[in-house]
Amino acid sequence: MTLDRTLAGRPAADLPAAPPPPSRRATPAQWASQSLTMAWRSLVQIKHNPSELLDLSIQPIMFVLLFTFVFGGAIGGSTDAYLQFSLGGLIAQNALFLTVYTATGLATDLQKGTFDRFRSLPIARSAPLSGRIMGDVVRQLWSLVVLLAVGVALGFRITTSPLAVLAAFGLLVAFTVAFSWTSVLLGVLARDPEKVQIYGFTVLFPLTFASNAFAPTQTMPDWLQAWVSINPVTRLADALRGLLVGGPVAANVVATLLWGVAFAAVFGPLAVWALRTRV
Amino acid sequence: MPPAIEADGLVKRFGATTALAGASLSAAEGTVLGVLGPNGAGKTTATRVLATLLAPDEGRAVVGGYNVITEPHRVRSLIGLTGQYAGVDEALTGTENLVLIARLLGQGRAAAKARAADLLGQFGLSDAAGRAARTYSGGMRRRLDLAASLVGRPRILFLDEPTTGLDPASRNELWGMVRRLTDDGVTVLLTTQYLEEADQLADDIVVIDRGAVVATGTPDDLKARAGGAVLQMRPTDPGQVAVVTRIAGELAGSTPTVDQDTVSVPAGDDALMPAVVRRLDDVGVRLAELTLRRATLDEVFLALTGRHAVPGSSTDSDSTTDRELV
Ligand SMILES: Nc1ncnc2c1ncn2[C@@H]1O[C@H](COP(=O)(O)OP(=O)(O)OP(=O)(O)O)[C@@H](O)[C@H]1O
Ligand SMILES: [Mg+2]
Repeated sequence: MTLDRTLAGRPAADLPAAPPPPSRRATPAQWASQSLTMAWRSLVQIKHNPSELLDLSIQPIMFVLLFTFVFGGAIGGSTDAYLQFSLGGLIAQNALFLTVYTATGLATDLQKGTFDRFRSLPIARSAPLSGRIMGDVVRQLWSLVVLLAVGVALGFRITTSPLAVLAAFGLLVAFTVAFSWTSVLLGVLARDPEKVQIYGFTVLFPLTFASNAFAPTQTMPDWLQAWVSINPVTRLADALRGLLVGGPVAANVVATLLWGVAFAAVFGPLAVWALRTRV
Repeated sequence: MPPAIEADGLVKRFGATTALAGASLSAAEGTVLGVLGPNGAGKTTATRVLATLLAPDEGRAVVGGYNVITEPHRVRSLIGLTGQYAGVDEALTGTENLVLIARLLGQGRAAAKARAADLLGQFGLSDAAGRAARTYSGGMRRRLDLAASLVGRPRILFLDEPTTGLDPASRNELWGMVRRLTDDGVTVLLTTQYLEEADQLADDIVVIDRGAVVATGTPDDLKARAGGAVLQMRPTDPGQVAVVTRIAGELAGSTPTVDQDTVSVPAGDDALMPAVVRRLDDVGVRLAELTLRRATLDEVFLALTGRHAVPGSSTDSDSTTDRELV
């Protein structure tokens, strides 16, 4: 009897005072609101742990100061000239490092029962993920503003238009969201939030340093140049430079976006598959 | 009325491990179904299948009238789940944890806050409401987790070992809460390793072992099946435990269990007690304690699976006693 009812897909009409059947799935509007709630969840904790804001600020500030004053003279001739060159690279590098947050948070949710709790709720299946990524975008923007502010305080000059700066923000967000899929996969596979950091940085250090983020490509050996010139970090850094201090923009923006599409296309399905099989 | 929870022939394998080997169970609306079994029996796996978290390899399950595989979203809107491992977000406060769930379920800001405050009060967490769950004790986290599963006023509640880690007072409170919920018509599936808990709460019990159901019935049914009554004797002189064990064993026709100085033996018929008393009197053994009581669920479990439900729970000394007797 019960089985028949189930096959029919709805409770029998003759049940007394049957409430309206619950919906089959979440609507797009529900998905949006649930994602926002999840984003709130990922950000509200900063209230109880304000030191997280310091974490998000100190590392970028330290990188700007160290690179500018330690390497700046040697690489760029003067600290001023170097800062004009390197800030775009520092922003790109910092943004990629920040995507590890997504992996750590996800791994924590999976390790504790939090993810199971979410999955037992009648919400859109992707809301926990999309909400987390939205929250991490806010972290990205915070960090970006800190970097720009410190850069400007040290003498960095934005020589383009406000619209170009806005475009830089947009490009950075678009690329990091796409790149986050690698982080989602990492978070699912790592199983342990502590390990996420180690795995994450063993990939991100070579990826970000073997680029022109901190030093011009021409100064590197030929074999490295070949890689550096196609490295997504290089293309992102160049695009940001173009949008902030002038220079070629279109080709770099397109290359960055293509890289983003490639990351999402490869790691998106892998991450979703890993998440499905993991839980 | 169709059962609120119905599972039929569930099979779930993890690599070489068979976590569920064709388990079937069913719970009528408004009742408590106790799922009892030792570590690794498959309790959590069964709960996760029923709560739509895990797809079974074989078999089917219907919860609240909906198939868990084909209509998981509908099942989810009827159920609440407290998993074996606390699902609270430790970075959030108690209030925020509950508001999060309420908001996800579509409640407005004010309604969510009110619901959170109400539940925190019910679970004795009002004082800790504004603190990050990270600072909670294990028992407080557990209670917050239970509160979270009730935010949406589920019709069907899955509790996976809900009282593990709770102190006796909190455990009693939880039992009271479960009873109140079932009075309101909520169906509860509760896994436990505590036989007493199943005995206290469950209308029906499913005993599972190695992924398969080895017995079902009411607590009384199961106890009756294990022989019903147990004769329990404690000699005044602990040195006479062996004598008592031998005589009781002979007369009952089964091996008694010994826990410290107390000898227990299944009392198959009414004649056992007088017979034992007479024989012990003849050989000059005086008893400090003599009781005829009903079998505990641990004895039931022992009879059904040949193992104790909780390792080291009570009468693990019986094998050594056997050897001493020889
Ligand atoms: N994700 C998994 N991967 C591999 N094996 C698993 C997984 N989940 C459960 N198992 C195995 O399945 C069996 C049943 O596990 P389950 O967690 O359901 O038992 P349980 O009755 O809940 O035990 P406990 O009382 O310890 O909580 C165990 O042998 C366990 O090791
Ligand atoms: Mg378990």
